Amino acid sequence: MTDFSRLGVVAIRDGVAKGDFKAVEVAEALNARVSAAKALNAFIVETPEKAIEAAQAVDADRAAGKPLGKMAGVPIGMKDLFCTEGVQTTAASHILEGFVPTYESTVSANLWKAGAGMLGKLNLDQFAMGSSNETSYFGNVISPWRRNDGSTAALAPGGSSGGSSSAIAARLCPAATGTDTGGSIRQPAAFVGISGIKPTYGRCSRWGVVAFASSLDQAGPMARDVRDCAIMLEAMAGFDPKDSTSLDLPVPAWEAGLNSDLKGKRIGIPKEYRLDGIDEDIAKMWDNGISWLKDAGAEIVDISLPHTQYALPAYYIIAPAEASSNLARYDGVRFGLRDLPEGAGLQDMYAATRAAGFGEEVRRRIMIGTYVLSAGFYDAYYTQAQKVRALIARDFENAWASCDLILAPTAPSAAFGLGEKNADPLSMYLNDVFAVPASLAGLPAMSVPGGLSKDGLPLGLQIIGKALDEQSVLNAGLAIEQRSGFTAEAGEWW
Amino acid sequence: MSEYRIQGNTGAWEVVIGLEVHAQITSESKLFSGSSTGFGAEPNSHVSLVDTAMPGMLPVPNRECLRQAVRTGMAINAQINRWSRFDRKNYFYADLPQGYQISQLYHPIVGEGEIEVTLNEKDPDSPTKKIGIERIHVEQDAGKLMHDQHPTMSFVDLNRSGVALMEIVSRPDISSPQEAGAYLKKLRSILRYVGSCDGNMEQGSMRADVNVSVRKPGGELGTRTETKNVNSIRFMMQAIEYEAQRQVDLIESGGAVVQETRLFDPNKMETRSMRSKEDAHDYRYFPDPDLLPVELDDAFLEECRASLPELPDAKRARYEAMGLTAYNAAVLTAEAETAFWFEDLLAQGVDAKQGSNWLMSELFGALNKMGKTLDESPVNPKQAAELLGLVADGTISGSIAKQVFEIMLETGQAASAIVEEKGLKQTNDTGAIEAEIAKIMAANEDKVAEYRSGKDKLFGFFVGQTMKAMQGKANPQIINDLLKKALG
Repeated sequence: MTDFSRLGVVAIRDGVAKGDFKAVEVAEALNARVSAAKALNAFIVETPEKAIEAAQAVDADRAAGKPLGKMAGVPIGMKDLFCTEGVQTTAASHILEGFVPTYESTVSANLWKAGAGMLGKLNLDQFAMGSSNETSYFGNVISPWRRNDGSTAALAPGGSSGGSSSAIAARLCPAATGTDTGGSIRQPAAFVGISGIKPTYGRCSRWGVVAFASSLDQAGPMARDVRDCAIMLEAMAGFDPKDSTSLDLPVPAWEAGLNSDLKGKRIGIPKEYRLDGIDEDIAKMWDNGISWLKDAGAEIVDISLPHTQYALPAYYIIAPAEASSNLARYDGVRFGLRDLPEGAGLQDMYAATRAAGFGEEVRRRIMIGTYVLSAGFYDAYYTQAQKVRALIARDFENAWASCDLILAPTAPSAAFGLGEKNADPLSMYLNDVFAVPASLAGLPAMSVPGGLSKDGLPLGLQIIGKALDEQSVLNAGLAIEQRSGFTAEAGEWW
Repeated sequence: MSEYRIQGNTGAWEVVIGLEVHAQITSESKLFSGSSTGFGAEPNSHVSLVDTAMPGMLPVPNRECLRQAVRTGMAINAQINRWSRFDRKNYFYADLPQGYQISQLYHPIVGEGEIEVTLNEKDPDSPTKKIGIERIHVEQDAGKLMHDQHPTMSFVDLNRSGVALMEIVSRPDISSPQEAGAYLKKLRSILRYVGSCDGNMEQGSMRADVNVSVRKPGGELGTRTETKNVNSIRFMMQAIEYEAQRQVDLIESGGAVVQETRLFDPNKMETRSMRSKEDAHDYRYFPDPDLLPVELDDAFLEECRASLPELPDAKRARYEAMGLTAYNAAVLTAEAETAFWFEDLLAQGVDAKQGSNWLMSELFGALNKMGKTLDESPVNPKQAAELLGLVADGTISGSIAKQVFEIMLETGQAASAIVEEKGLKQTNDTGAIEAEIAKIMAANEDKVAEYRSGKDKLFGFFVGQTMKAMQGKANPQIINDLLKKALG
C-alpha cells in the first residue's frame, strides 16, 4: 500500500490523474497524519471534511472525464493568515479568535480552483510577526527536527510560516501556503529542510490575506522539492483586480520551464553577506552551493550589495510602521475580540481590547511603528528608511549588470531551540538578516536545502533573482537540489 | 472687494478667512469599493467588506472619482498633477473602520487654481475678486454615529464610510462673511456645472471647515481657529461673524486666541471649542502601501477636458454677445440649474432674447408664486418652446400667450392644444379685419377726421377698438398695417 505521506505534489497529482489511487485515499491518509501529530501544534484548526470534499470533487471530475486542475487531488495546509470562507481565520491572534470570514482569499480560492483540498489552518507567528513561531496565541509550533546529540530539546520551526514548515517536514502535508514579509517563507523552509519561494512582489494577490506590512507581504508555496513549489506557485499566482498592487501579467508555465542546466547564467556572491564570525556550517554549505552551481554550468562572480547592513534596520522601521496602521482595524467595534469593561467608553474599549487581543511582539511592533510615524520622528525614521529601501533596490539593480542570480545563505544559523531567543528581540530580528534585502526590493527569492549542520539540522541556501524571473530562481534551486543529495528527514518522535 | 472691518475698542480689525470645502463626488460607487453612494438608505445597507475594513480587504481606486476631481480642477484653472498619491491619516474612531482615512496629504491630485467671485453674482456691476485655491485632494468620508438609538450604546451607520470627497482648500484670501458666502456659492455653482458634486448642503454633500483669524489691517496674521462641518452658506457667514467678533473681544480684553477646532451651534448662533491644539491628533500620515501612485496620461486628461461643459463665466459672456442684457445673462448663468434650463430652451430653437425675457419674467414669476424651484416647474423647456414658438410665428399674441401659459401651469396641457381648444388662434384674415375697421371708422367719423388733421395719438384708439372687435385674436401687425392704409 502506498504511503501517501511520502508523495509530493507531482506524485499525488499524477497518481490521481492516472488512476493509481483516488484523491480521497490521499486525503484520508493525510487527515489521519494531521490528527495524530497534535504534539507539533502545527494546525490551529483541522478541516478533514474540507480535504475529503475537495478530493471527492476531483475523483468525480476524473470519473466524468473532465480536465483536472494543476493541484488536483493534492491536500495542502493553509497558513492561518489567509481568510477562508466559513473556517475560522485568526492570524494566530486572540483578537481574531473565533473570526469566521464570509469570503475566501484570492490565493486560497485559486488553489481550490486548481483542485487542491484543505487539511486545516496552519499555525504561525501572531500576525506573521516573528521568526520562531513563538508569538502565536495558540502556542508555539514545534519542529519535527531534533539535534543529533540525542537531545529532545524542542526546536523552532522558524517563522512566521512555522506551522507550514513543520507540517511539511513532518509529512503531514505535501505542501502548504506561506507568506513572506521579511523571510517568513524562506527562513522556516531552511530550518526544516524543505523548499519555499517568495515570488516577485505583486505575483500573488494580497486580497483576503490578513495584512502585516502591505508593501512587503507576498504569498508563496512551501513544499518538499522545487518542482512542487513551481506547480503550486503557478496555481497561486495571477492578476487580481481586487489588489491594486497585483501585477497584470500572465502566469508563466514555471513547471514546464524547469531546466537545471545553468550554462550562460552568472551567479553573484555578495561579499557583504559573508559576515564576520559567520557560522562555520553556514560558510561550508554556501561554498558547497557555489560548487554545485558551477557544476551545473553557471559562472560565479563576486558582487557587492553595499547597503546590505542597513536593510534590517530599514525593514524594522517600514514593516512596523505599516503594521501599526494595518492593525488599527482590530478595535473591537465590528468583529473579533471586544473587551468592554463595566462603564467603559470608546477609548477604554479600544485600550482594553487591544491590550488583551494582541500579544507582546505585536504590541511591540505597533509601538515601534506608531513611534516612527509620529510628528517630529517621521523624517528621521520613516523617510530615511524609505531612502535606504530605494538604495537597497538600486544595489540589486547594479548587481544585475554583472550577474543573473544571487546565491547566499537563507539564515545565519540552523534552527535554534524554543525559548532561546525570545528574551532578546534583537537577536531574533537578526535571524532575518539575509532574507530582508530581497523583501525590501520586492525580488523573487527561494530557499532550498543545502545540507546539515554539525548538529544534524537542516540549513538553507537562498537564491535571489531579478524581478519577474522566478524561472531562473527555480532552475537554480533545481540544480542545487539535484546535486546536494539532501535526503535527511526528521525522525517521527511525536 | 469689500472693506469689511470689525470696530473694536482699539480700532478697526481685519478678518482673514480660508475655507476647506468637503464636496461629495458624484459617483455611483464609493472611492475604493463597489458599494452604492445612494443617500437615505437603511443604515448599513450600502456597505461592503472593504467599507467595514474586514481583515485582508484592499482598496481599489474608482477612476470615476478621480476623473471628477480632475474635471473640477480644470474648471478652476488649476494645475492638474499627473502624479499623485494616497496617504493614510491614522486615528481611532468608531465611525472609521480602517482606523485610518485614505486621503492625500503630500501629493494632491489638483494643485493651485482660482475662482473669481462677485459679491452679488446677479449684479453685473458688482465688484469682483479672485480667491486662490491651494489644492483639491480626494479622500474617503467616514461613517456616522447615532447616539439616540439606545440608552447606553452608540450605533454606527457605515453607509457613508468610504464615499469619495473632494477637499477644496482655499487660500486665506477671503476677508468678509459676504465674500465667503459669494465664494461658496460660486464654488457650488461650478461644481454643479461640472457635475462633480450636487452641492446639496442639507444632505451633507457639501460642508465647510472655516478658518478665521483677525488682525489689525495689514498687520501680522493672527492665530486662527477652525470651525468644523458648517453645512449652510448662511450658517457659515454667521459663524465667521461670531468667531471674528469673539476673537476681537478676546484679544482686546487681554486674552489670546488659541489655535483650536471649534463647532458652530446654529441654534445659539455661536461657535464653541471642540478640542485644542494640545489635544490634536497626531495623524501619522504616510503613503498608503495598498495603493500605487495615481498616474494620469494624456488621453485621460484630454477626455476630462473635452467633457467639461461651458462654465458660468464663459456662458455669461456668450449670452451678452448674443444680445441678452447683462442682468439677464448674469441671472441665467449664476446657477447651473437655470443655465441648463435656458440652454434646453435655446436648443428647441427659441430666440435667445425672447426666451430669456419670458423665462425671467413669466416663468420665474409663476414659480415664485407657486413656491416652486425650476426643477419642479410644471412646464418643461420643450413645452415652453412650443408656447414661445406660437408667439414668434404670429399664431397667438403675447397677451394671449400669458393666458395660455396659465392654463399650461394648471393643466399641463400643450400650448397648441389649449390654443386650439379655446379658439385663441390669432387671425390673419385681412378681410375680416378690414370689415371691422370699416365699421369702427364709420362709427367714429369725428375721430377719423381728428386723426387725419394730425392727431396721431388717436392711432392707438383705433388699434384698441379693432383688437377688441376681433376679441384679441387679430394679429397686431396686420391691424397696424390695415389701419394705416385705411386711415391714410
